[in-house]
Amino acid sequence: MADTAIEIGRMKAPPRKEPSAWSRLVSGRGWLSFWYMMPTAVILILFLGYPLILGVWLSFTDAKIGRPGAFIGLENFEWLWGDDVFWLSVFNTLLYTIVASTIKFAVGLYLALLLNKHLPFKAMFRAIVLVPFIVPTVLSAIAFWWLYDAQFSIISWTLEKLGLITANINFLGDPWNARWSTIFANIWRGVPFVAITLLAGLQTVSPALHEAATLDGATSWQRFRHITYPLLTPIIAVVMTFSVLFTFTDFQLIWALTRGGPVNATHLMATLSYQRAIIAGQLGEGSAIATAMIPFLLAAVGIAWYGLQTRKWQQGGSND
Amino acid sequence: MASVEIRDVRKAYGTTPVIHGVDIDIQDGEFVILVGPSGCGKSTLLRMIAGLENITGGDIRIGERVVNNVPPKERDIAMVFQNYALYPHMTVAQNMAFSLKLRKAPKSEIDSRVNRASEILGLDKLLDRYPRQLSGGQRQRVAMGRAIVRDPQVFLFDEPLSNLDAKLRVAMRTEIKDLHQRLKTTTVYVTHDQIEAMTMADKIVVMHDGIVEQIGTPLELYDRPNNRFVAGFIGSPSMNFIEGKVKGSGFETASGLHLPLPARPGAADGAPAVYGLRPEHIALDPNGIPVTVKVVEPTGSETQVFVDAGGQQIVCVFRERVTAGPGETIKIAADPQLVHLFDAKDGKRLIN
Ligand SMILES: Nc1ncnc2c1ncn2[C@@H]1O[C@H](COP(=O)(O)OP(=O)(O)OP(=O)(O)O)[C@@H](O)[C@H]1O
Ligand SMILES: [Mg+2]
Repeated sequence: MADTAIEIGRMKAPPRKEPSAWSRLVSGRGWLSFWYMMPTAVILILFLGYPLILGVWLSFTDAKIGRPGAFIGLENFEWLWGDDVFWLSVFNTLLYTIVASTIKFAVGLYLALLLNKHLPFKAMFRAIVLVPFIVPTVLSAIAFWWLYDAQFSIISWTLEKLGLITANINFLGDPWNARWSTIFANIWRGVPFVAITLLAGLQTVSPALHEAATLDGATSWQRFRHITYPLLTPIIAVVMTFSVLFTFTDFQLIWALTRGGPVNATHLMATLSYQRAIIAGQLGEGSAIATAMIPFLLAAVGIAWYGLQTRKWQQGGSND
Repeated sequence: MASVEIRDVRKAYGTTPVIHGVDIDIQDGEFVILVGPSGCGKSTLLRMIAGLENITGGDIRIGERVVNNVPPKERDIAMVFQNYALYPHMTVAQNMAFSLKLRKAPKSEIDSRVNRASEILGLDKLLDRYPRQLSGGQRQRVAMGRAIVRDPQVFLFDEPLSNLDAKLRVAMRTEIKDLHQRLKTTTVYVTHDQIEAMTMADKIVVMHDGIVEQIGTPLELYDRPNNRFVAGFIGSPSMNFIEGKVKGSGFETASGLHLPLPARPGAADGAPAVYGLRPEHIALDPNGIPVTVKVVEPTGSETQVFVDAGGQQIVCVFRERVTAGPGETIKIAADPQLVHLFDAKDGKRLIN
């Protein structure tokens, strides 16, 4: 059987002429897709790859503004290892990222579930939820700056009028107040992205599944727990990866609100890196701080990737 | 198991009424099929029984209990959806066990029920697969398995076979029927396919535009359709309708042809009426009426012939082979015992 099949295959195959190298280059399937990817690849390498590699390279040099710098190995990192401000910024960044991302996820999911229900004025609510996302970061930071102002804060004013406090709250002047205030501003800004993306995910869950689960005897909490949530996990993984990345690398909001103060209490790795590299001109040291962010970010992406990979039910087809 | 009683049930979406007072009695253990053209309200009625839609008016009883305000999970019914609605993130076994898990049934009971259902449905080897890894027919079976493990009072099916290919549909038809004979669970089954209805049902409910046109056994509907709609809906190819009027104890077509009737019609002489003739009740007859052959369609076991009788198109089905070609004349006749007569205006049956 097999032999005859091979025989037939041999007989049928026409003598093939080796295509020239040039024709392979312009028409081969593999090469064709390569050509199509070229423009994007060039842009990515030019605007993402080059700065990234340059940054990493700088972190191994003692470059300063106006001076190219020489390779000094791990000296920058050794110096940072003993730098309390650097470790404070690491702590701040982790606190900022973990607290803000967790709350953004919880609030975003809650809003998404709410908006997925049949509410009156649904379209209007959806539009309102998006507002913080549309406003430019710096603009919203300025708004928060006023809200948190030591003298003119409307929050302090309201609480005072209500008789809950007697003196103005020093939102941005006290280290912990400043941390929570910036975290709150970040949450306010980040929730719409999470909410709207999860809402899109919720809408891909067929209502028939909910009906089937209802008939199977599931309460609304059980339907969420056993149907909605597991079906949403792939999207949650993607959204939360982005959310964590955005939060971890946040710069604008902090810079506009506190510039890292008071006494470095709100310095994130990104703001500290900017301060050291650009403001103070220590390019090498600033780059080292930025480079130190990479392992954290890779870990976040890795976790999300792993979360996506293990969902066997999504992978289609193979019939065995 | 339980009986289901539907009393003057109405449904309106907003101000648009879609079901206008439906009465159906379903005995314990009966297999009832709701059939009717698209949009007549079959799914809506089924979903009201399930509790997925509110009932605008009337009562639905399951067993002795009025369930109008009973939430779906307390009605003890299981439903098989048209698109199966299998939980994509659960294996076949988990899909079937889900309802039992929610009920906090002991593990041993869950296993034995799932095993029994998968044995009945031949799913033993597929228990660890995800729905994505199954063929349409297998998914269909899993959906049924999910219903079976519950051992509910009533099974509800909403067009469960419409996503399957023709051959598999026939096979699954037999399987569902066989399953019902084994389990004897009261079943309400929705389809728009009258062949499915005829072959599977103990009792058929023919619906049309939100009302029930007729309820009866398949053969009752075939032999004595209450009105022109049912007559045209049941049977394939559908019944020939010939316009004309009552003349004495017979019928006269618009073109002046005289046709016999089995009994005196319940209508005045000269009243406009419609003569109904099933294609399979027409036979070749040398003493019959001459007609012109238009198209001949042999299917092997029988032959469908489209003929022209004085401007009237008629479909005939003959058991014997027909040698006549298009344009030729053949002579046909019908057994007068098997013809139907309907009122031209309201479509009601005129011969009893
Ligand atoms: N949510 C809804 N809002 C308004 N009208 C609806 C809604 N659902 C169904 N209808 C209307 O109710 C009528 C009956 O619908 P239903 O789905 O019960 O039809 P059906 O008999 O199941 O048809 P099919 O064979 O196509 O499934 C239709 O005219 C439909 O337009
Ligand atoms: Mg339907």
